[in-house]
Amino acid sequence: MFEGFGWLSITTFLPLVGAIFILVLIKGEEEDVARNARWAALFTSLATFAASLIVFAGFDGSTADFQLVEKIAWIPGFNINYEMGVDGISIWFVLLSTLLTPLCILASWEAIKKRVREYMIAFLVLETMMVGMFCALDIVVFYIFFEGVLIPMFLIIGVWGGARRIYAAFKFFLYTLLGSVLMLVAILVMYWQVGATSIEDLMAFGFDPQLQTWLWLAFFASFAVKVPMWPVHTWLPDAHVEAPTAGSVILAGVLLKMGGYGFLRFSLPMFPEASAFFAPLVFWMSVIAVVYTSLVALVQQDMKKLIAYSSIAHMGFVTAAIFSVNEQAISGSVIQMLSHGLVSGALFLCVGVIYDRMHTREIERYGGLVERMPKYALIFMLMTMASVGLPGTSGFVGEFLILVGAYQESTWLAAGLATGMILGAAYMLYLYRRVVFGKLTKEDLMSIKDMNMREIAIFAPLIILVLWMGIYPSTFLDPIEVSVQKVVADYQTALAAGAPGVVDVASAAFGWAK
Amino acid sequence: MEAAIVFLPLLGAIIAGFFGKVLRDLGAQVITCLFIVIAAILSWIVFFRVTGSGSSETITLFTWVASGDFVFDWALRIDSLTAVMLIVVTTVSAVVHIYSIGYMHHDPAVPRFFAYLSFFTFAMLTLVTADNLVQMFFGWEGVGVASYLLIGFWFHKPSACAAAIKAFLVNRVGDFGFALGIFAMFVLTGSVQLDVIFDAMPSLTETTLVFLGMEFDAITVVALLLFMGAMGKSAQLGLHTWLPDAMEGPTPVSALIHAATMVTAGVFMVCRLSPVFEYSETALMVVTIVGASTAFFAATIGLTQTDIKRVIAYSTCSQLGYMFFAAGVSAYPAAMFHLTTHAFFKALLFLGAGSVIHAMSDEQDMRRMGGLAKMIPLTYAFMWIGSLALMGFGIPGTHIGFAGFHSKDIVLEAAYGAHTWFGQYAFWLGIIAAFMTAFYSGRLLFMTFHGDPRCDEKTFAHVHESPAVMWAPLVILVLGSLFAGAFFYGGFVGHDMSTFWGNSILILDEHKALENAHHSPFWVKSAPLVVGLIGLGLSYLIYCKSPATAPRIAERLGGIYRFSLNKWYFDELYDAIFVKPAFALGRMFWKKGDQGTIDHFGPDGISGATVKVSKGASLLQTGYVYHYAFAMLIGVVAFVSWYVFAG
Repeated sequence: MFEGFGWLSITTFLPLVGAIFILVLIKGEEEDVARNARWAALFTSLATFAASLIVFAGFDGSTADFQLVEKIAWIPGFNINYEMGVDGISIWFVLLSTLLTPLCILASWEAIKKRVREYMIAFLVLETMMVGMFCALDIVVFYIFFEGVLIPMFLIIGVWGGARRIYAAFKFFLYTLLGSVLMLVAILVMYWQVGATSIEDLMAFGFDPQLQTWLWLAFFASFAVKVPMWPVHTWLPDAHVEAPTAGSVILAGVLLKMGGYGFLRFSLPMFPEASAFFAPLVFWMSVIAVVYTSLVALVQQDMKKLIAYSSIAHMGFVTAAIFSVNEQAISGSVIQMLSHGLVSGALFLCVGVIYDRMHTREIERYGGLVERMPKYALIFMLMTMASVGLPGTSGFVGEFLILVGAYQESTWLAAGLATGMILGAAYMLYLYRRVVFGKLTKEDLMSIKDMNMREIAIFAPLIILVLWMGIYPSTFLDPIEVSVQKVVADYQTALAAGAPGVVDVASAAFGWAK
Repeated sequence: MEAAIVFLPLLGAIIAGFFGKVLRDLGAQVITCLFIVIAAILSWIVFFRVTGSGSSETITLFTWVASGDFVFDWALRIDSLTAVMLIVVTTVSAVVHIYSIGYMHHDPAVPRFFAYLSFFTFAMLTLVTADNLVQMFFGWEGVGVASYLLIGFWFHKPSACAAAIKAFLVNRVGDFGFALGIFAMFVLTGSVQLDVIFDAMPSLTETTLVFLGMEFDAITVVALLLFMGAMGKSAQLGLHTWLPDAMEGPTPVSALIHAATMVTAGVFMVCRLSPVFEYSETALMVVTIVGASTAFFAATIGLTQTDIKRVIAYSTCSQLGYMFFAAGVSAYPAAMFHLTTHAFFKALLFLGAGSVIHAMSDEQDMRRMGGLAKMIPLTYAFMWIGSLALMGFGIPGTHIGFAGFHSKDIVLEAAYGAHTWFGQYAFWLGIIAAFMTAFYSGRLLFMTFHGDPRCDEKTFAHVHESPAVMWAPLVILVLGSLFAGAFFYGGFVGHDMSTFWGNSILILDEHKALENAHHSPFWVKSAPLVVGLIGLGLSYLIYCKSPATAPRIAERLGGIYRFSLNKWYFDELYDAIFVKPAFALGRMFWKKGDQGTIDHFGPDGISGATVKVSKGASLLQTGYVYHYAFAMLIGVVAFVSWYVFAG
């Protein structure tokens, strides 16, 4: 009903307008600038969230078609259009991005003291890029947003980051560069094949299986780094450790989902045969990620590093699920990504709360916080439990759907992933014990203060959503159901039409038996 | 009414948890206790209604997850099996709540404690009312969390924190199997709803499924995977190591969670899934062997422990083994019977032990007790009643005896009546364990209450009987320990069995263990009493008559004694093969994998090279965006040239 009205574009570019407003109009004394920039950014991001709610209200969950579509000729000579739209796969990610941004701005309220104006601008630009990336229906538009996300993120890590921020930003850059170049090449190849850049046209085209293999690999290089999958994950712990709290929240909450979203939007529908062929490889990488990074998380001494490694393990569930391609697995992967966005975001915020007070992330420096910070202990416990996938929290629904989907693909895969249930509990409870439990003996912790109202206000929506998604996930599952079914059905149709035996060859080659 | 039973404890937990500061200790205590008592009263009403007719109903609350065919609800399934669990859980919980008012009197975090207790009760009730496997899993993990929080209630004690994590992790290992069992069940039957599963079972007896590359009988695989969960929760051999450590929690917690209710969830699960287990002889055999082995193994450890709570903990472990082998020989009603009576007398023993510890100023080592009988006569009497019920004293061939007499004897007789080799295995190990049970129970009583006091004078001067708020609720458990056996016998395992259970338990016609149990020879009926008397007499001779002999015997036994004292070295073994390697691997992957290999050859190597090439110019500090755009451009150029020249 909003077709042509442009609510998607409004949601996408509102933050950019806010950023320009801050850039142009907010001047004067440093103190005033900081205050005004904060408020302007908060207001803009809240307005954007409201706009995204209007988008959601106009979204019809009963169809798998792209909705709220906007299409404007952009470079007519090359048949490239500015095309936006959402379906069940992307709608929640739009809302996740618009929800987390105001929370991040609130979380940076006191933590960021230098260059506040620039920081807020960076965050708003980042929001535009994220939302645009999830809405784009033209692959060129997608690519611009997809790569554009990285620029404000570089700056946030590189300017407002910790001591080794230069190293971290550089590492981040090197990894993503590798993938981006290959993806760009693949996009150009696709353009020359199809003669159009609309995602819908590309999905319908049906690439030659041989070519699919190469295209799949090129996209994989980009998305796998974003997820990140083992063994291209080592940028993430460093980026998280150096990023300011809010940067980590967005990084874990939204940026990691770009990879998973990319697999769902491009790899599966456009290269189904290649996806089937490479699925066993993805399974191996996913299971290794779960076991390997969980064990690494167990021995970390830095809280943020630990949670960063846990993110890799959790995303391992997602990648395995996406390439299991059945309804439970794909629904589970979307729910798991949403859940991880909320939970890991909240966990990074938890680290931020005590980092702001003590200015250290060393686990050893803490212990016995529950005595002085009971509210904090409760929230941290809830998020810990959501992270380990306790039934009744969002983590469980995603993880369980993924496992039941993976089980249908291969019992080995399900068993391999399910070890994450045990290992995940090990590192999270071990972390919680060292930070929150124990005797409060350390001198400098004796006067630490519990969370204030602003901090609780940041956590409140996350807590509500984590429980809501755990107890009544239908709210989140229903809108995506039809789109997920379409992804699965299209994939199976394509495989059935294609050459038989491809999948069996792959299974034999990589050794994933039922 | 059914919904009130389940949700009143949750409401109590929320009120006490979030408004504890406003309500103060007293308010939190009154609200949680009141809610639990109401829930208990309602449970008894439901119990008599349901078991009188064997009826069953399911109240659906709302859909939980619907993804394709994978659909399940939040629902309350009320049948006889559930009703039995309802009264056990709410009654013991109510007693423990009230007892805790006295026991936790000095604690600074009373509202938190009561909130946890009530939350546990809620989770346990969702477990027993589940109408699908996933809700059962919810309750299953929910009680796990409650148990974790309560074991670690005194979070300043490192040992308590360690025990809490251990409990959660060992249970997670079991839940790993449980979860896989649910998935396998879904793939097999297309549903996780109990009714659908049960209806599908008879037609699946010939079906096989491929699990981890091998082909197995489908029902056996599913049953054994689910049983893995039961082993974790009910602390069976191999996954039992968390239970003794769980005694780090406050004693009322041990009574409620680690004796009467949560640890019996595994037994309940096997009985609930009797329509599944009945169709797999292999699964039943495994259940029997695991149960019998645990009954024996835990009893051997109980013989030598010196911590009063650990003795009772191993005893619990052992008694759970009895319940399992009863279920394994298809005598599910006997298993549930023993579960019920055990809940009463074991809770009584734990709370009695709690009174002892309370009187002794938090001393738990029996070597520093002794001579308490005259000081705390009421507790002394209660402990004797609980112990005699545990030993199963009664007159064979009659209905005169303590609660455990009825239930334990029917369990052993059913094992004997199974007429299978594993039934015999269970029977004989059960008899040996009964001997050891009597011995360690006697040892506990004599060491604690008889002989000369071995504590220091200050502690001894302080010894006092518990206040009424602590001993009065125990009267309910005393009554249960005395009469529950005789009272419930007819319904649970006697003449009215089929009406009592209705359709909630399935026993195939060819499994006649329970039927045969009623006709077992007199020597089978009297054997438990005979070995029990010998065990008790022996412990009297050693620990009461001439206490000096005990260390001499220990010395004479040498290795066997140390093997028992060190709990068969399970902790050391697991530490060596799981815990230490996990940390070592983690460190290796981190230092050698991530840093040594991936980073070394990846980004660090490339950046090192870049820095060399650019001679350390300002590239590192300013050039990102520019550099990045430039690289993209290079990509385009490279591609276009390739296209032009190659295409």
